[in-house]
Amino acid sequence: MKITVDLDVCEGHGQCEFAAPDVFEVTDDGSVDYQETAPESERAAVVKAAAVCPVRAIVIGD
Amino acid sequence: MDRIAVVGASLGGLRAAESLRVEGFAGEIVLIGDEQHEPYDRPPLSKSYLTGDGHLTSVLLPHTFDGTMLLGSAAVGLDTRQKLLTLEDGTTQTYDGLVIATGTEPFVPPGIDTALGGVHLLRTAAEASALRADLHDEPHHVVVLGAGFIGGEIASTCHDLGIPVTLVDMAPLPLARPLGHEVATILLERHQVAGTRFRLGVSAQRLTHDDSLQVSGVDLTDGTHLPADLVIVAVGVRPSTSWLDGSGVAVDNGVLCDADLSSVSTPGVVAVGDVARWTHPLFGDSVRVEHWMNAVESASAAARTLMGRGEPYAAIPSFWSDQLGHKIQGIGIPSCADEVEVDLTDGVLATYRRAGRVVGAVVFEKPRRLLAVRRDLAAQAEALT
Repeated sequence: MKITVDLDVCEGHGQCEFAAPDVFEVTDDGSVDYQETAPESERAAVVKAAAVCPVRAIVIGD
Repeated sequence: MDRIAVVGASLGGLRAAESLRVEGFAGEIVLIGDEQHEPYDRPPLSKSYLTGDGHLTSVLLPHTFDGTMLLGSAAVGLDTRQKLLTLEDGTTQTYDGLVIATGTEPFVPPGIDTALGGVHLLRTAAEASALRADLHDEPHHVVVLGAGFIGGEIASTCHDLGIPVTLVDMAPLPLARPLGHEVATILLERHQVAGTRFRLGVSAQRLTHDDSLQVSGVDLTDGTHLPADLVIVAVGVRPSTSWLDGSGVAVDNGVLCDADLSSVSTPGVVAVGDVARWTHPLFGDSVRVEHWMNAVESASAAARTLMGRGEPYAAIPSFWSDQLGHKIQGIGIPSCADEVEVDLTDGVLATYRRAGRVVGAVVFEKPRRLLAVRRDLAAQAEALT
């Protein structure tokens, strides 16, 4: 699955890392490092991460 | 169950309606809201919405809602025996299952006339638009009644706009209860350095006005007078439950819920978001949580409960506030702590304990530092269920 995070919108809330720790890693300066392509087994966790992002920065592709 | 009514068309109600579909509900869903607008996000209303272009589209919530939205008419009555809702416009709606998501409304202290020109509440988009217009009209002095999170964010917005602002609060140290004495002191000092003025340990007795019914100032309980041409009432909120009066749904500072968010009194009824009161399994306290994240997480928990797959709702509370360029983030329930440890070696990290056990943490910036505590609390909650 493809994942895009709008880093201009991201405020480093860190909710995504809690929901999907193998895909997202919040940085100390309030941004996020993430895998642009994640295994299908992570889909449920990534969907949760997108849902709990307060600024809706996460977009999930196919 | 063929028809579910969701009362309250903000974040919690919208996400509950969506979650019902995720849980496989194939019947009819009707989402009832008192405001004209489609569901929107409230956190920006005290921040970017006030300084930005003021277009509602920037805060509308994207959604996959599959049902009927009835907007612009509040639910005003509930008959739980006939399973019938009455709306403000006189129409009625039947239901088999009911989600209560009416949230909270600003509390207006006695003596404060919000009908005066230049006096604002801040809960809805309409109120934020009105406040935004007055803030851009170059007020000379803004007074905010209440120095909580919303008051602090409004003060921060005033700084961004170059407007002098005074916060009035009954507490000698605002935010001491939710954040503890040390962290509250740090935040107060940062506001004072930025130029926010404070009148603490006093409250507003009445507002004064000129001949054209524009606000001119605030009389305080210590007998002094604060001039103001713009006043914002942000002393707190209370649950929006008056429409449940006489319905038999048990209410006591929120809709009283069992651990799975079902009403303690009425079968087929659940509550979500900041209107719901339940005993948090991890902390053992009766809580009502007014955080954005709680609206989202309780919505999916309540949807599962309504579909017969409920379990104790034990999400770890999580919140944030943006003030003076700082992102303040917290988890757990710091207010229930009896001990706070503050580490200032790299920014601010506060760890809250009760009877020696960690119950929460707060950071300024560096959100990574919350994760360890959050995982620890989540693991404790997991072990309970």
